[in-house]
Amino acid sequence: MTVQMLKLNAAPGIEYDIQVQQAGSGPDLLYLHGAGGLLKDDPFLAALSRHFRVSAPLLPGYGTSSGDTHLRDMLDFTLLAYDIWDALKLHRPLVVGHSMGGMIAAEMAAIAPDRIDRLALLCPAGLWLDDHPVTDLFTAMPYELPALLLHDPQRHGALLSAGGDFDDPEYLTGFMVENSRRLTTAGKLLFPVPDRGLANRLYRVKARTEVLWGNSDRLIPPIYANEFTRLLPNATARMFDAAGHMLPYEQTDAVVAALLNLHN
Amino acid sequence: MKFTWFNLMPWPHLPDNFREEHRSVWVDIPTSLYDPVRGHELYNVYLDELEYAESLGYDGIGVNEHHANAYGLMPSPNIMAAALARRTSQSALVVLGNSIALYNPPIRVAEEFAMLDVISGGRLVAGFPVGTSMDTNFCYGQIPGLTREKYAEAHELIRRAWKEDKPFAFNGRYTKLRYANCWPKPIQNPPPIFIPGGGSLETYDFCIENDYVYCYLSYSGYKRAKQLMDGYWQRVQDAGKDMSPYRAGFAQTIVVAESDAEAERDYRQHIDYFYNRCLHVYPGFADAPGYRTIKTLKANVTSQMTRAAVGDVSSMSWDQLVNQGYVIAGSPDTVVEKMKEMITGLRVGNIFCLIHVGDMPKDKCMRSTKLFAEEVMPRLRNMWPEHATDDRFWIHPVTHAARDAAPSIAGA
Repeated sequence: MTVQMLKLNAAPGIEYDIQVQQAGSGPDLLYLHGAGGLLKDDPFLAALSRHFRVSAPLLPGYGTSSGDTHLRDMLDFTLLAYDIWDALKLHRPLVVGHSMGGMIAAEMAAIAPDRIDRLALLCPAGLWLDDHPVTDLFTAMPYELPALLLHDPQRHGALLSAGGDFDDPEYLTGFMVENSRRLTTAGKLLFPVPDRGLANRLYRVKARTEVLWGNSDRLIPPIYANEFTRLLPNATARMFDAAGHMLPYEQTDAVVAALLNLHN
Repeated sequence: MKFTWFNLMPWPHLPDNFREEHRSVWVDIPTSLYDPVRGHELYNVYLDELEYAESLGYDGIGVNEHHANAYGLMPSPNIMAAALARRTSQSALVVLGNSIALYNPPIRVAEEFAMLDVISGGRLVAGFPVGTSMDTNFCYGQIPGLTREKYAEAHELIRRAWKEDKPFAFNGRYTKLRYANCWPKPIQNPPPIFIPGGGSLETYDFCIENDYVYCYLSYSGYKRAKQLMDGYWQRVQDAGKDMSPYRAGFAQTIVVAESDAEAERDYRQHIDYFYNRCLHVYPGFADAPGYRTIKTLKANVTSQMTRAAVGDVSSMSWDQLVNQGYVIAGSPDTVVEKMKEMITGLRVGNIFCLIHVGDMPKDKCMRSTKLFAEEVMPRLRNMWPEHATDDRFWIHPVTHAARDAAPSIAGA
């Protein structure tokens, strides 16, 4: 895994410093993380890197990336993702987005449909069904996160806290500062209702799309998989047992296999 | 000293098992707990109390803005201030305030505050809070990470709308007006501007740069406010500004009786209702990520996200609340002594007196209000003799001479 800082000069006075993690060799894969960011020694990226040349940028507000005050709306995020792609000179990457990253990836494919051939959305945000509200992530207490995000909090709980303890005030303070940075950025797309009009634009997507969902997702109910496939012209849904919203971390091998299948 | 009599306007009929049955008094509290017929009487009682405070010589009477909040029944403080403007003639109308990022377009605030100032003859104190996370983010849906930017833009628009004497185009990021044109204009231009703050460094600096009054509206009392207010005064000093105590205000719960024992006997249950029932706020609503800046988060190491921090307040006894300064309670002598400690300790010239507390009935509220006005206020009036002539931070009502000189449409 290599880490580089990418300096992007957008419009005059607008600069982003983007931390990018890269690993592996093979066909390009662009991975867009969810609201929680990448995990420490991210096991999903490690698994992907055995088959792909993975590029995983961290959005401003995450890791050491900066420039978040310039990001305000969906278009800002979408164009930033394309600017990062261009700066990295990726070649027809398989675009994979998890949760909030899935929302951005879907928007990219809708805005510039000829640039993306293959798209994978892992429990993506971006749609809203009145009868099936997405859980309010912004009022969740840190100690509630494992049960909200994981099928099996006992087994995978340490993934979210990198081994820290949410009942330890010192750890909690550090977590709160980092979490606040992350969700400040995420809130621009997800607060208070994670809908920025994607439903009206998904018809434009040309990519062959896989929508992957954990059957135990308690943040974004699995029924949203149907809504994505209904609105996307060329999409299939795949549901996974024993996986919550952190699907790529709870069913890593099965998700990687599905992505390989989509690529081929 | 300037004393403003403040009423939060709480709902006094929350059930005994409220905390067990509901996670929060604010944001998601069901309206089935509200009864508009009882509410009719309540609003009128609360307005009576505010008018009564004026008759006793309080410098100001105060209202504020909350949403979906059972201890603060004023989604529109301007409606309350308008009712008071017609029924009073001396006190400042302290509207603390309008959460300017929530008004669309925010020139609405410039207009309504101007109306209040004109109706009242120049008695408006204009508060511009960012608003709590509960109100601004969770009830009114503002994106936390953009709230401060939107607030700053709204502030710029309002100040400019009062200042310009011709229409102007305003090309903001959040508000675009081809014809920004504030009719009417306020008599005081601008009125004194008060900014509620909760310890954010950005708000300290904003007040200092603009000569606005920094107001700490805490319910946890003067002893716990010391560190925060010291931080503010340090910042004032560092900026090279004068140290007038009228640059600062503080809200304090106060109850007065003939004796300390009587205060406990008569007010204890109402204090308990407020502190142990009304302040039951789900901690997940307290601080939407992005509402506070990272700089402020790092400076305030105490975490509000632990159950312990909130549980601390919600299970406090009378003795704890009084001894720790959350509440100033007792005979006039006791209250004077503690008020002096507060005023000098925090260096504040403006006190927002929270004398109506929780489910306190009107007669008790009036007695406490009267005792404070007659037995306490006179003994505190001259706490800052060296700043006695500093009138920069208070209202300047229209004078009788100016009023008489203006041509009247009322006829002779």
